[in-house]
Amino acid sequence: MPSAALLGQSLLSGIFVGALYGLLGLGLSLSWGMLRQINLAHFALAFLGAYLTYQLGLAGLDPFLSLLLIAPAFFLVGIALHWIFDRFKVSPFNSLLLTFGLTVVVESVIQGIWTADFRRLDSPYTALKFHIGNLYFPFAGLLTLLMAVALSVAVWALLRYTDLGKAMRAAAEDAPIAAAFGIDTVALGRMLSGLCAAFAGVAGVAIALTYTLAPSQIYSWIGVVFAAVMIGGLGKPLGPLLAGIAIGISEALTMAVTAPAWAPLVSFSLLIVVLLTRTRRV
Amino acid sequence: MRTIRFAFAILALTLIGLSARDGSADPSGEPVKVGSTLALTGPLAATAMVHKIVGEIYVERLNHKNGLLGRPVEWVLKDDQSKPDLTRTLYEQLITVDKVDLLLGPYATGPILSAMGVAQRFNKVLIHHTFGVPSLAKYDKQFPAWSLGPHPETTFPNTLFDALASTSKPPKTIAIVTSKFPSLFFISQGAREVAKTRGLNEVLYLEYEFGNQDFGPIAARIKDANPDLLFVGAIGLDGNQLLDAMKAIDYTPRFHFYMYPAPGPMAKAPNAANALAASIFEQHPPFTDDPVAAEFVKTFNAKASAAGLPYTQVETQAAVSFTAWQMLEAAVTATNSFDDEKMAQWLKTNKVNTIQGPLHFDGPNNYGDDLTKVKQVQDGNWATVWPKQWAAPGTSLRE
Repeated sequence: MPSAALLGQSLLSGIFVGALYGLLGLGLSLSWGMLRQINLAHFALAFLGAYLTYQLGLAGLDPFLSLLLIAPAFFLVGIALHWIFDRFKVSPFNSLLLTFGLTVVVESVIQGIWTADFRRLDSPYTALKFHIGNLYFPFAGLLTLLMAVALSVAVWALLRYTDLGKAMRAAAEDAPIAAAFGIDTVALGRMLSGLCAAFAGVAGVAIALTYTLAPSQIYSWIGVVFAAVMIGGLGKPLGPLLAGIAIGISEALTMAVTAPAWAPLVSFSLLIVVLLTRTRRV
Repeated sequence: MRTIRFAFAILALTLIGLSARDGSADPSGEPVKVGSTLALTGPLAATAMVHKIVGEIYVERLNHKNGLLGRPVEWVLKDDQSKPDLTRTLYEQLITVDKVDLLLGPYATGPILSAMGVAQRFNKVLIHHTFGVPSLAKYDKQFPAWSLGPHPETTFPNTLFDALASTSKPPKTIAIVTSKFPSLFFISQGAREVAKTRGLNEVLYLEYEFGNQDFGPIAARIKDANPDLLFVGAIGLDGNQLLDAMKAIDYTPRFHFYMYPAPGPMAKAPNAANALAASIFEQHPPFTDDPVAAEFVKTFNAKASAAGLPYTQVETQAAVSFTAWQMLEAAVTATNSFDDEKMAQWLKTNKVNTIQGPLHFDGPNNYGDDLTKVKQVQDGNWATVWPKQWAAPGTSLRE
């Protein structure tokens, strides 16, 4: 019988890793649900963000300060990406192919600059942790959770309560009609794409604080994050976070009480159940 | 008179220059093509870079001497992208399109197995780098450069347990946590059996998928079991990720062993002190007492540094790669031919002096002895600690 400490620690681990799934899934969900772009390059951007955090860390920059550089820079990258999608009228299916190609290019660029060898950010935050009784709270995990919650709630509030958010939702629902009401759908699309890319940069900082980096790791989380996005609902800012945490906890508890090798089955089993039982569109 | 003196001076300088090149003539004629693939991209790329640098060093070394049988050596290298299926296609291409004279294997068990199938079909000798499951190497013209022995699943755990038995407080309980990656899984299964026969009490056994990213719950289970010895069937970054997860919950096992960790990141990890791993070569005496090894270490350190590798030391992968080239050179030179039949026959019946020591290939599936050693992270560096005759000067197994 697993001890309470083991279950508690596994639960925490699931929440923290689930928050990372949610953070990675946020931009992907918005881009897929509201811009109709299935952006596989989101993962590549996140890892590029992680490598930039590492590089800036080598130059002595605190990861929080590097966030102030990376997020705006990635916002511009997102705008440029959206301009390309618009200019060539890329369909959702083609966006999958195009962004897959872009992912391979970014992976090659990362390998070209930082080599295929492993890189680890040396930061005071990586080893920092707190504990209450038998339970340990790693700072990097807490930070990832905090950023994921803050960004997801902020985007949810933006879309729900502000005119800008309502315009974005209208443009996502029916762009021509929204345009007829005077909404600049092109500018809104670029802004949203920029935000999604900036969120990838934020996820990159979280990755750099927790994981050792290698270019091929870009592909590590694609399956599980896609599952979180689809379970959480496309274009729904809180969905990927909640689904990500649910998946993270399920995986962690599976690892705590049964064979850890069964954990990957959990996210996809959940996805299948949701797809079979959910009546509204994903 | 002055002209004659000048001519003599030129002649003398030329002779000095020639003697500086080991007394051998420059290789000439049509190049000898050696074909191989490496995982230059994809998940195995970090290690393949090591093999690429070693290959370049060796080809340069050969061509600086007399090439192979007086002909210059050209290395035809293709990127198999860490994919065994692509490896198969590329080896076919190397033989049928590039018309290579000799083959060298890729790195890692899956791609090597693919290359072995092609070599068998074309009846070519295949000397390969790090093939982890000797029982699968059925082709009679394949030769391993990694001196694992035919049954590493029992020989190596015995070596490790011997090392630990020599400590002041040998472990009584063991936790085995292993990736399902084939070459690790079978060693871990062997370790379970050997541990049982040696009276170690198994308090935890876990398997996880290759590529697992969340080691938090696994670390919590290890802490719960609190074994004297943690045996991790780890490859690449697994070991570091598990170490990080254990550190996050303030836990370090008394003894902890990782099968094939990423050497650089683990040596430098702040919580990796005293971590144990398997090795066949480390760049310290007595390994570097061999002048060839010493020269190779020096060159590799410089080239790896120039290539931007964060960890520039020679360890198992680089040493195995160098050994493979040594075996190829020895077989060609001894048989005075590029004939696969002759080379295979020679390798089966002779010893090859390598930087790992003398290797022979007359055992099951052309495997010789298991020369694997145990190394340990000590003060941020790897040091061989067992067998004692291979221990780094002034070091012993730390508890």
